[in-house]
Amino acid sequence: MADSITSRRRVNALAGSGVRGVYALVMNAVGLVMEPIQRLVGQRNMAYLFLLPNLLVFGIFILFPMLLNVYFAMTSGTALYPQDRAFVGTANFERLYTCTDYTNPNTCLEDRFWRAARNTGVFVAFQVAGMVAISLLTAMVLNRKVRFLGFFRSVFFYPVLLSPVVVALIWKWILQRDGVLNAILIGLGRDPINFLLDGTWAMTWVIIVSIWANMGFYTLILLAGLQSIPLELYDAGAIDGTSALQSFRHITLPLLMPTMMVVLVLALIRAVQMFDEVYVLTGGGPGSATMLLVQYIYNTGFGTQNPRFGMAAAASVTLGAVLLVATLIQLRLGRGSERHLA
Amino acid sequence: MSAVRRFLTRRQGHQGRVGVADVLTYAYLVAGVLVMFGPVAWLVLSSFKTQQNLLEFPPTLLPLAQDTVTVEGFPQPLPLFDVILEDGSQARLAQVRRIGLMAQMIDPATPDEVLQVPIELRTPVRSFRLATENYTQSFTRFNFTTYLRNSVVVTVGATLITLIINSMAAFALSKYRFRGRNLIFLIIISTLMIPISVILVPVYLVINQVGWVNNLWGVIIPGAATPTGVFLLRQYMLTIPDELLDSGRIDGASEWRIYWQIVLPLAAPALAVLAIFSVMWRWNDFLWPLIVLTRSEFFTLQVGLNAFQGELQVQWHFVLAMTVLTLLPITLVFSLLQRFITSGIASTGVKG
Repeated sequence: MADSITSRRRVNALAGSGVRGVYALVMNAVGLVMEPIQRLVGQRNMAYLFLLPNLLVFGIFILFPMLLNVYFAMTSGTALYPQDRAFVGTANFERLYTCTDYTNPNTCLEDRFWRAARNTGVFVAFQVAGMVAISLLTAMVLNRKVRFLGFFRSVFFYPVLLSPVVVALIWKWILQRDGVLNAILIGLGRDPINFLLDGTWAMTWVIIVSIWANMGFYTLILLAGLQSIPLELYDAGAIDGTSALQSFRHITLPLLMPTMMVVLVLALIRAVQMFDEVYVLTGGGPGSATMLLVQYIYNTGFGTQNPRFGMAAAASVTLGAVLLVATLIQLRLGRGSERHLA
Repeated sequence: MSAVRRFLTRRQGHQGRVGVADVLTYAYLVAGVLVMFGPVAWLVLSSFKTQQNLLEFPPTLLPLAQDTVTVEGFPQPLPLFDVILEDGSQARLAQVRRIGLMAQMIDPATPDEVLQVPIELRTPVRSFRLATENYTQSFTRFNFTTYLRNSVVVTVGATLITLIINSMAAFALSKYRFRGRNLIFLIIISTLMIPISVILVPVYLVINQVGWVNNLWGVIIPGAATPTGVFLLRQYMLTIPDELLDSGRIDGASEWRIYWQIVLPLAAPALAVLAIFSVMWRWNDFLWPLIVLTRSEFFTLQVGLNAFQGELQVQWHFVLAMTVLTLLPITLVFSLLQRFITSGIASTGVKG
C-alpha cells in the first residue's frame, strides 16, 4: 500500500517535472526572441509587446467587426465583400422598423423580425422572472442548514455545464410525441400533447428547458450573496421579536438586493441572446412560434441560399443596442456588488 | 402557513427537533434531484436500448432486448416468443419468419416441426440487456471520431492560446505603466458583454478573407482574446506584489523571464479557473462553429450532433448514444473539479 502510494507519487512527480520541463523549454525558446527585443526597445516598452498578440486578435475579430457591422447594416445585396455591396444608408433600418400596426407583426415589412422580437420579449419576460424566482428559492433552501450541501449544490449546478445541444437533445427526447412525458400523461388518464408542435406549448417548454439548464449558475451567485449576510443581524432581529417573514423582508431582501440586481441583469442579457437550445429543440418552430432574435439574424444571414447580410447586420446592431443598454444598467447597479465581478 | 413562512426565511440552527420546514426543505431538494438528474438519467437509460425497444410506446423503463436462440440449420439467431397454442397451453418458440398475420415458428428442441401461429397469440420474450452496439457503431459507422477529434483540437488549441495571450495582456495591463493603458483596458472591458451573435456577419467576412471558412482555426482564433479572461487574470495579477518582480529584475531577469517564471506560477489559481471556463466554452460552443464549419469533415461534436438529429429519419439510438458520449467528458471534469468550479464561479460571476 505504502509502496503503491510512493510509486504513484513518483509517477506524479515525474509527470510534473516532464510538464515543467516542456514549459521551461518552450518559454526559454521564446525568450531567445524576446530578450534581444527587450535590449532593442527597452524594458518599459516591453508592455506593448506583451499586449500585442491579444490586441491583434481582439482588434481583428472583435473591435474591427463591431465597427464594420454598422457599415454592413447600411448596405444591401447578397455579396459578402463590402466593396461589392451597395450603400443604402438607413434603408435597412427603415425596412426593419416599418409597421402599420406595431402590435401585429403581419403588418410589418420585415414580419419575421417583429415576430422574433415579440417572441424574444415573451421569452425574456417569463424566463428571467422564472429564473430569478426559482434560483432565489433554491438558494434559500440550500442556505438552511442542509446536510450534504455540496452534493445538492452540484446537483442543481450540473446542467449548467452541459452543452446547449446536449440539453436540447435530452429534452427533445422527453418531449417528443412518443416520449416519456406523454407516456406519463396517458398513464394519468390524460390525452397526449404534441408539445413541440403546438406554438404555446413549444414556447413554454423552451422557457422551462432554458431555466432548467441555467438556474444552477444563478443559484450559486445568490447563495454566495446569502452567505455573506452576517448572522448577527438575524440574532438581533430575533431578540427584538421580529417574525421570520419580517426578517426576510427587512434583512434578507435589502442586503441581497445588489446580488439580485447582478443576477437579474446577467439573466436578462443572456436571455436576449438565447439561440442554441431553442434552435436545436424546436428549430424556431412550429412555424416561427419560438424563433428568437439571434435566430432571425442567423436565418437571414447564414441559414439561407440568399443571405441578406445587410438586414442581418441591421438586426444585430439593434440587438447590440439593447444589450448595451442592459450592460449600462448593470454597470450602474453593479457598483455595490463589485465582489461578483472582481 | 407559518411552516411556509419559516421555509421561505433564513433561520439557521433551531436545535434538535425536525420541523415541518425541514421536511419541506428536504422534499424540495429531493424533488430537485429528480428534476435535474432525471432527464439525464433517462437519456443514459434510453441510449442503451435497441432501436426496436426505443420505438415502443409507452416506453419501458429499463433497456430490454428480445431473447434469441441459435437453432441448427438457421444461420441467424432466431427471436424467442411465448406462444399460446391451439390447445390453450403455453410454449416458448422461436420464429423462423413472419408471413402476413401468421408466423412460422419452431420449438428449438424439435427444429423440424414448423407450426403456424397467428401473430397476436405470441409475445416476445425479453430480458434486460444493454445495447452497447449503439456506442460501438457510433464510432465505426459515422464520422463521430472525426467530430470528436475536431472538438478536442478546438478545445485544447483554443484554451492554450487563450491562456497565453490573455495572460500576456493581463501582465502588461497590471504590471506596467504606459501611455494608453487605461484606454486599452477600458475598450477591452466595454466589449465584455458583446457576444459574437451581435457581430456574426463582419466576423464571418474577416474569417472568409483570411481563408478560414471550413478550417478549425476559424473557430479557435476569434474567441481567443476573450475580454473575460483578460479581466479575470488582470484582477488577480494586481494582487501579486511588485517587489517580487523588482527583485527578479535586480537579479538580471528579462521581462519575459519575469513573466513566465514569477508571474505565471503565482497566477496559477486564476489561470486554472480560466482554463476550466475556456474548456467548457469551447467544448460546448455551437453557433459560431455552425457558421464557420459547413463541411461534415470539419464538424465539431456539437455541430455534428445537431446535423444527426436534424436528419429526416432520426436514428435516435445513435443520437442518444452520441449525446451521452458528448456529455461524458464535461461530467468527468465536473465530478473531479466540482468544488473548484463552483467556488470559482461564485467568486468571479463568470458563466461556464
